[in-house]
Amino acid sequence: MKPGSFFKKAAAAPHIIWSVMFIVFPLLFVIYFAFTDNYGNFTFDNLTGLSVYTNTFILSIGFALIATVVCLLIGYPLAYFISRTDPTKQKILVLLIMLPMWINLLIRTYSLMSLLDNGGLINGLLQTFGLSKIKMVGTSGAVILGMIYDFLPYMVLPIYTTMSKLDKRYIEAAYDLGCNNRQVISKVVMPLTVPGVISGITMVFVPSISTFYISQKLGGGTFDLIGDTIERQFQNEITYNTGAAISLIMMVLILISLAVMNKFADSDEEGGIIV
Amino acid sequence: MKILSRIYIALIFFLLFAPIIVLAVFSFNTSGSTTQFAGLSFKWYAELFRDSVAIKALQNSLFLAVTSSLIATVIGTLAAFGIDKMRNRKLKGAIKSVTNIPMMNPDIVTGVSMMLLFVALGSILHLSESLGRTSMLIAHVTFNLPYVILSVLPKFKQMDPHLSEAALDLGCTPTQTFFRVELPSVMSGVVSGLMLAFTLSLDDFVISHFVSSPDFVTLPLYVYNQTAHEVKYSMYALCTIIVAAVLVLLLLINFVGSDNRKKKSKRVIKEV
Repeated sequence: MKPGSFFKKAAAAPHIIWSVMFIVFPLLFVIYFAFTDNYGNFTFDNLTGLSVYTNTFILSIGFALIATVVCLLIGYPLAYFISRTDPTKQKILVLLIMLPMWINLLIRTYSLMSLLDNGGLINGLLQTFGLSKIKMVGTSGAVILGMIYDFLPYMVLPIYTTMSKLDKRYIEAAYDLGCNNRQVISKVVMPLTVPGVISGITMVFVPSISTFYISQKLGGGTFDLIGDTIERQFQNEITYNTGAAISLIMMVLILISLAVMNKFADSDEEGGIIV
Repeated sequence: MKILSRIYIALIFFLLFAPIIVLAVFSFNTSGSTTQFAGLSFKWYAELFRDSVAIKALQNSLFLAVTSSLIATVIGTLAAFGIDKMRNRKLKGAIKSVTNIPMMNPDIVTGVSMMLLFVALGSILHLSESLGRTSMLIAHVTFNLPYVILSVLPKFKQMDPHLSEAALDLGCTPTQTFFRVELPSVMSGVVSGLMLAFTLSLDDFVISHFVSSPDFVTLPLYVYNQTAHEVKYSMYALCTIIVAAVLVLLLLINFVGSDNRKKKSKRVIKEV
């Protein structure tokens, strides 16, 4: 062994030990709990018993899908327009998009709730104009709006990042070859920004499908999403096993969809989380 | 078209910030109401600062953010160095995939899985309290690690390998080479990893929610507990303070960042 090759080999060791202990083992515990009962006996009951939660799963997936699609429809043009403004303005706009990402999710959800609440600003304004109050908190619309509001920046930023890296000469070439504006966008800009769109979709869909704070605050307790269900199971030791089973199913679903999407994106870049 | 796109940008940003601005305005309201602004006062701020639980939560949050980001940066930087030098491709791939798990997994699953580990360890070791400060610190280091590695690893890849070879030829030991040549050349990645880890730790709610105990509450957990039942105007004040702090920090980083860039470009010009 050459002197010093030990240092090179050992450098990653603390991380490897840490990852095994605190990433791999915990996941093994999820699997263990999902397949055992309260007394530690092997069972499939937790997983087969999940059919009770079919509606919860469908509702959560539906909400998350709607929120993701709306974020994409709002966010894609926004990212495009931002990338077309002049550089100084662009810097400020990107900062403004990042600002909400740095503000805690609880705070943003809470601020939205203070607008939509029965005693909130919007209903207050409606009353001063002599209109009747609208019940917003507790509707599915409010929950989906919360998801869109909270996660929109996570859609815009990765798309913007791929757009700003896009070689301007492709666009010029397309114009030279006779494309009009619409064709340039649909045939050049869109295909080249697919990786950004994919990481944007992931960064909106995953937190949307697993949220519980948004549905607690804006759903007013009327909606039970997967996140709420998992959270409730872990408040009581008796239902840990069911909670682990739901977590396992959700994790497997998400990892499969991520793998499928990454096949389309064929890039190992992590979008624009780190700027 | 240009006007339309401007209106669009303005509209989205307005919607994005309107709730936060409303929250900030009403945090200065005399009366406890979100509809009528009765007059300017700091009474909710005063109430917040009298709340010893809030102060304790802030201390806990800062302690956790500082320690977890430092530990994650040390382990993560060493790991990035080790991974970069690794020849065994399969092992390299496996380590990278495992490292990415907390980033890909929904936070709730990471939180739940760590909670199960700590609870199980607690019952095996007969601990009276399995969740608390230690479990929080471990959890925060764990979810910070991938982000540190993600910011440092590319810097190692970009590094000119001849530099470390030259250092070795000139008689440095590999450890000296690491500290005198390799570490300085990846420093920008290390610093941005550290800052990212710090903010992620300060911001985390979901994972903390599962691995904390009532006697170790961080700021986001405090906000969660306080907003669980009714509208609390001192929370408006706290939220406003946090948003203001974030804004200042972000502006500061941008100024410092651009300053560094200027310095660097100057140095390059000199060298040329």
